[in-house]
Amino acid sequence: MSAQAIEIDGLTVSFGAGARQLFALQDVSFDVQEGEAFGLVGESGSGKSTVLNVLAGLFPSHGGAIRIGGETFGMRRSLPQRRLVQMVFQDPYGSLHPRHTVDKSLSDPAIIHGLDDVEGRVRRVLADVGLKPEHRFRYPHQLSGGQRQRVAIARALILEPRILLLDEPTSALDVSVQAEVLNLLRRLRRERGFTSIMVSHNLAVVAYMCDRVAVMNRGRILEIGAGTALAEGRFEHAYSRQLYRASSGYDRALLDELWEAR
Amino acid sequence: MSDTVLDVQNLRITFPSHRGPVDVVRGVSFSLGRERLGIVGESGSGKSLTGRAIMGLVPRPGQVRADRIAFMGQDFSTMRGRDLRKIRGKRISMVLQDPKFSLNPVMKIGHQIEESYRLHVGGDRRQAERETLAALEAVKIRNPETVYHLYPHQLSGGMGQRVMIAMMLIPKPDLLIADEPTSALDVTVQLQVLAILEDLVRERGMSLIFISHDLQLVAAFCDRVLIMYAGKVVESCRASELDKVQHPYARGLLASVPRLGDDRPELPTLQRDASWAQ
Repeated sequence: MSAQAIEIDGLTVSFGAGARQLFALQDVSFDVQEGEAFGLVGESGSGKSTVLNVLAGLFPSHGGAIRIGGETFGMRRSLPQRRLVQMVFQDPYGSLHPRHTVDKSLSDPAIIHGLDDVEGRVRRVLADVGLKPEHRFRYPHQLSGGQRQRVAIARALILEPRILLLDEPTSALDVSVQAEVLNLLRRLRRERGFTSIMVSHNLAVVAYMCDRVAVMNRGRILEIGAGTALAEGRFEHAYSRQLYRASSGYDRALLDELWEAR
Repeated sequence: MSDTVLDVQNLRITFPSHRGPVDVVRGVSFSLGRERLGIVGESGSGKSLTGRAIMGLVPRPGQVRADRIAFMGQDFSTMRGRDLRKIRGKRISMVLQDPKFSLNPVMKIGHQIEESYRLHVGGDRRQAERETLAALEAVKIRNPETVYHLYPHQLSGGMGQRVMIAMMLIPKPDLLIADEPTSALDVTVQLQVLAILEDLVRERGMSLIFISHDLQLVAAFCDRVLIMYAGKVVESCRASELDKVQHPYARGLLASVPRLGDDRPELPTLQRDASWAQ
């Protein structure tokens, strides 16, 4: 049983009530094994980011149960529980405090969690994500997009989490920078062996990065399969296949189907 | 030469900085016929500014210089402001990336499109309204009468982008410049918007400049591609031959994208060479 790092059972999130109640997530269940890279794909509004937010404890209320490392994670979390799950957000321009230096952004979480040797940890984590010592006392506006995303990854890693949540970590970056960040994430996962859940609308990126992938639509998981199956278009659900074909390039024939389906 | 719609020679855009003037676009030349031309490059390569320079939309204090920017044989540098305005916005129009920031948030969709019609075509209100509804229908909005009365915040991203396209098409331009028109959209919605553009280009014989950072998309959608790096065109080729490009930057860019079914242990990253920017 201990092999399951994350167990999500019947996760439901809704807004509003009565006739206007809107389900952002409906009965979402999946397990992620220790050390596994799990992916969530879907379009805007499919609920994929909501899953991450709930897991990170950023959502005030939800239905269903979350167990991480066998332990139930509720609405109120203890400090060690929070430390266990860290998140990297989509937009490195918006997720770093504009008036905090890289050093402060990195050392604050370490101080809050009462870690020792903050100085050494900041130095090591910066080197780990491929930043130079001179970047340490810069402000976010003095860094490029790729460097900022490296800082965001370092900020998550400095707490040595067991679980890393990645919410579209490269969609705001240029493709050449995206390749650098994806390589970095793969190397860190090899070295540190953390469990990760990655959300993206880019099928190729998710298939490349993840062992298993779930396709989401309208707050539900349609199917879960291996990343390689996704890459080869072997997913069964009609929507997954549509997504696959739409991702394979500009395809006029698919459109007529899409207009029909709307 | 009569089928040349746009001719740009040695376009240069300069911004002042505290370290002296910075050349953001450095000698871009191309000519465009009745075709779909893609301009690709990374952030900061100058692709958007190139598009904006044609429209005269380079923000101050940027300076635009060119040996020649000519539309249908008319050289912009010899024209007066009033005549230029008859071309820009009317015969050349531009669709921007994000409909959220490009539409007037406190004006109904229908009224915004009507404004564009009355400014460029004239006519009375009733006629403008008819044309607006027709334009909304042309971009495959299913219930134009409803959308006419909506405000921009009530639209989805894909709908907003289609409204933008409708607005830009109302003066029946000869050339449409689309600056990352689908980057903010989901893949399936992206396909729909592209199909609308494709149909309009074909039916109206319009030329299209499609600016994007997405190489594969441009390769599949355009006829010809310019690849920009550091303010210069480093390579130009037919879109169908994009996989045969020579320039190391273009090759590196293509290689760094993960594809479906990719099993490379590591993605090749771009090793930038200072000589590319020379």
